[in-house]
Amino acid sequence: MRRIVADYPLVTIALLLSLFGIAMVYSAGQTDTPTAVARVYKSQILWLLIGMIGAYGISRSSVRFIQWVTLPAYILSVALLALTLVIGAGAGTAASTKSWLQVGGVRIGQPSELAKLTVVLMLAQVLASRREPPKSLLDLWQPALIVLVPWLIIMMQPDLGTGIVFIGIFFGMLYWSGVSWPLLLLLGSPVVSLILSFSTGMWGAWFLVLLALVLYYRPYLIEGVVLMAANIATGVVAPILWEKLEPYQQNRLRVFLDPSADPRASGYHVLQSKIAIGSGGLFGKGFTLGTQKRLAFLPEQHTDFIFAVVGEEMGFIGVAIALTLFLALFLRITQIAGRANDSYSSLVAFGLMASWFVHVLVNVGMTLNLMPITGIPLPFFSYGGSFMLASWLAVGVLMRISGEGRGKAAFRVS
Amino acid sequence: MSFHPNDIARRTRLSSVGLGIGFILLLGAFFRTQVLEHRTYAAASEENRLRPIPLPAPRGIIYDRKGEIIAENLPGYAVSLIAPSEDSLRASLRTLSPTLQLTDYDINQAIRRYRRAPTRPTVILADASIDVISVLEEHRIDFPRLIIQSVPKRFYPDGPVVASFVGYTGEITEGELNLPLFEGYKPGQIIGKGGLEKQYEAELHGKEGVRFDEVDARGRPVRGASARPDLLPEGAPALKTNIDLKLQKYVASLFGDSLQGGAIALEPHTGAVLALYSAPSFDPNRFTGGIPAAYWRELNTDPRRPLFNKVIQGTYPPGSTWKLATSTVGLESGLVTIDSRMPISCSGGLQYGRRYFRCWEKRGHGSQTLAGAITHSCDVFFYQLGLKIGLSRLVAGGIDLQFREKSGIDLPNEYKPRFPSRDVRAYYNRLFGANWSNAETLNLAIGQGANSQTVANMAKFYTALASDGYNSKPELVARKPERTKIMSLTPQQMLGLRDAMAGVTSAGGTAASANIQGLVIAGKTGSAQNTTDPNKDHAWFVGFAPAEDPKIVVAVFLEFGIHGYFAARIASKIIGYYTGVVPAEIANAEGG
Repeated sequence: MRRIVADYPLVTIALLLSLFGIAMVYSAGQTDTPTAVARVYKSQILWLLIGMIGAYGISRSSVRFIQWVTLPAYILSVALLALTLVIGAGAGTAASTKSWLQVGGVRIGQPSELAKLTVVLMLAQVLASRREPPKSLLDLWQPALIVLVPWLIIMMQPDLGTGIVFIGIFFGMLYWSGVSWPLLLLLGSPVVSLILSFSTGMWGAWFLVLLALVLYYRPYLIEGVVLMAANIATGVVAPILWEKLEPYQQNRLRVFLDPSADPRASGYHVLQSKIAIGSGGLFGKGFTLGTQKRLAFLPEQHTDFIFAVVGEEMGFIGVAIALTLFLALFLRITQIAGRANDSYSSLVAFGLMASWFVHVLVNVGMTLNLMPITGIPLPFFSYGGSFMLASWLAVGVLMRISGEGRGKAAFRVS
Repeated sequence: MSFHPNDIARRTRLSSVGLGIGFILLLGAFFRTQVLEHRTYAAASEENRLRPIPLPAPRGIIYDRKGEIIAENLPGYAVSLIAPSEDSLRASLRTLSPTLQLTDYDINQAIRRYRRAPTRPTVILADASIDVISVLEEHRIDFPRLIIQSVPKRFYPDGPVVASFVGYTGEITEGELNLPLFEGYKPGQIIGKGGLEKQYEAELHGKEGVRFDEVDARGRPVRGASARPDLLPEGAPALKTNIDLKLQKYVASLFGDSLQGGAIALEPHTGAVLALYSAPSFDPNRFTGGIPAAYWRELNTDPRRPLFNKVIQGTYPPGSTWKLATSTVGLESGLVTIDSRMPISCSGGLQYGRRYFRCWEKRGHGSQTLAGAITHSCDVFFYQLGLKIGLSRLVAGGIDLQFREKSGIDLPNEYKPRFPSRDVRAYYNRLFGANWSNAETLNLAIGQGANSQTVANMAKFYTALASDGYNSKPELVARKPERTKIMSLTPQQMLGLRDAMAGVTSAGGTAASANIQGLVIAGKTGSAQNTTDPNKDHAWFVGFAPAEDPKIVVAVFLEFGIHGYFAARIASKIIGYYTGVVPAEIANAEGG
């Protein structure tokens, strides 16, 4: 076996985040009315150990091997995802969704966690195989299809949060592969239209910008027409249709898109999360002592809203430490992507980073009501076996890529 | 992909800058929430944690004049529930329903209470039995959001006997909450709904206390000990009344279940209400903790109208009891003396114009003095006296004797009596059109016509006859008497009237059967025309005793009592009981 360099900074940061996370999962269980959450930190520790062993195993293989298993792994994960639609089960706030696979009543995992990984690998495979980055919207059909298939299945489960992660991965990796900014903007424009659709004026301005962009970029005619039509559909027609719906129909649609957000309770949950974080102040209420959490005002305190526990108990200092660790992790991975040996490795590294970045941004933003409530976990923090395992397997992949990469190798191990 | 090192380096730089910006923005948002806005959220968090549980204050105890208890508080148990939402409340009620045996009505009430005040514990059972409480205590764990609270519960040891003046209590309604009178009251609180309970609400209410319970997000109390010092409820001071509870009980027993009407007993010189009873009565204890719907319906559909106070709300033609007013006006104006006779002697009626006005005594009374006419209640005499006085002067005199005013008794919802206004012509024109004759004078002179008085008002008038021409405002609660001079008669004239009234209960008087050996009762019977059944007149007796030094004024009114002496007998028993002289008739009836 080739001698490689172990990326100690990467492993250290990931381990610090995991330990911080497990401490918070432990604290999340310390409520005045004891619940099953009080014990979950133990299984989280177990999953961390399993994940680290897995990471070590992957770091001892090779990128070529990972590349070799990419296609089968992708096909397997899509098949498992499809299986959830048939025999899937819900859990927690998302009890009505079908994101879990269970056999004989025992939940064995969320295939979507695996799919996040395999989609990154598969996208890297496809994008790396091209000499030039995609230059037109039509060129994008292949990578788009890779994301679209699992994305559609996930939206049918339905799981809006994971869907958002896939979109983040897609755009992040397209950017890293060298797709030009205007093209990315055009690609993302229907989403922007949807967001701006609440104001006719703002949407109109955006539409003019888009028109200028299209004229400047000169895509194929059919692309231009489809693009404009998509923007009009999401920006003008969608709100009109939405208004036509009865409130209960709107609620149903909201719940369909995102079952974890109970339309009546979600406002309350976010408010309680904000109160928890705000009442933490600079230094926090002390480890395990948060009243919002203890008295169960915080919803899903060990999973989706675990960062509110950080804010309440560790204060702004704790938040800053956690976010700094994440920033360090992301910068380190970007470096790894930058000095990777080949384009496949580089894309995989950046794709994994993009995936985590979206997780952190949406999850942490959600606790402060800056982002919509979606059942999206915080990497290394939120309680969840599959996610912990997947995250550490990703760390293993990154270790390998880093080890094979060019340039500075601080330590050599066998 | 383009994998040129320069491209990669550029993208690495750009991504790092993007990550850094995202990091700073997020950190900034946390800085704002946690450091700049910390105060607001800290307060919100504290408010979350503590839930105020209101502690009802015991209402003031109501005593009679001798310190006997009329209204007190017993330890009761209220079961309430803290619910985060209406759905949750419904679900909990469904679960609790078999244990608490809740009716649909109870459930709907609870939901209405919740809607009014979602943050206060919702009362499910305002007065739960000890059996229910013990079952709930056993299953405490299953119902963590349940609050079982010991609350003072209003209790009237003599129930229906005192209901006529003490009233009852009940939960404050939405409408009442909006009244300025109930400013500062909160939904779910108990207030006085009638009688003294309502009249003296401010004095009887006390001050609600509060206990702060630390609760979790579902409103479940988490720790036994209070997180903040409690504010103890302050009970209201006792209320001492003028009521003589023993007499009150006796009055109630006289009415029994069969008679309907009302009676009031006053001290002539102070207006102190010794007894006030309206029959049939109701049980105010059943109003405590929410009146059962069936009982409420029963009370409201009973044709005898138990909730209608016949002493202060019922207005009836005073009949012959009002002849003392006619006499007073006649004497005051100097038109007659106590020994005056009228030109026409009584032969059973009087021809006036084209109408023949009957005397109640068909055989006629012959020629009578004023005193004799009072004793025998001769209508023909008073027809002529009325004509002599004249309608305007008679009405003006009646108004001066306060027959157009409420008695002013310290009870809520007293009805105003009906009596002509000073502008007699305008009043009767409004009543009958232009088509009325001087015959109204004759009606008015004998207490009929446009004259309806409450029992309380008649008793108040007689306090003036029983004393020195000053009437006394009836007062249930002990305080400085409020007396007004309404008569300007000489002591001789007063004495003359008193002697004439004493004759009523003596041999030959209209209420001779009400006579008590060893006690002179001065009074006047009366029959009021009954609009619903002409054969069953209402019966009146208003009087006082002992005639030479009055200690008690009694007014008794019997619906469908037929003749005044039925009322007089009851009045004489009341007087006998109070003065300690046993009526002869009762002694006989009891086989003595």
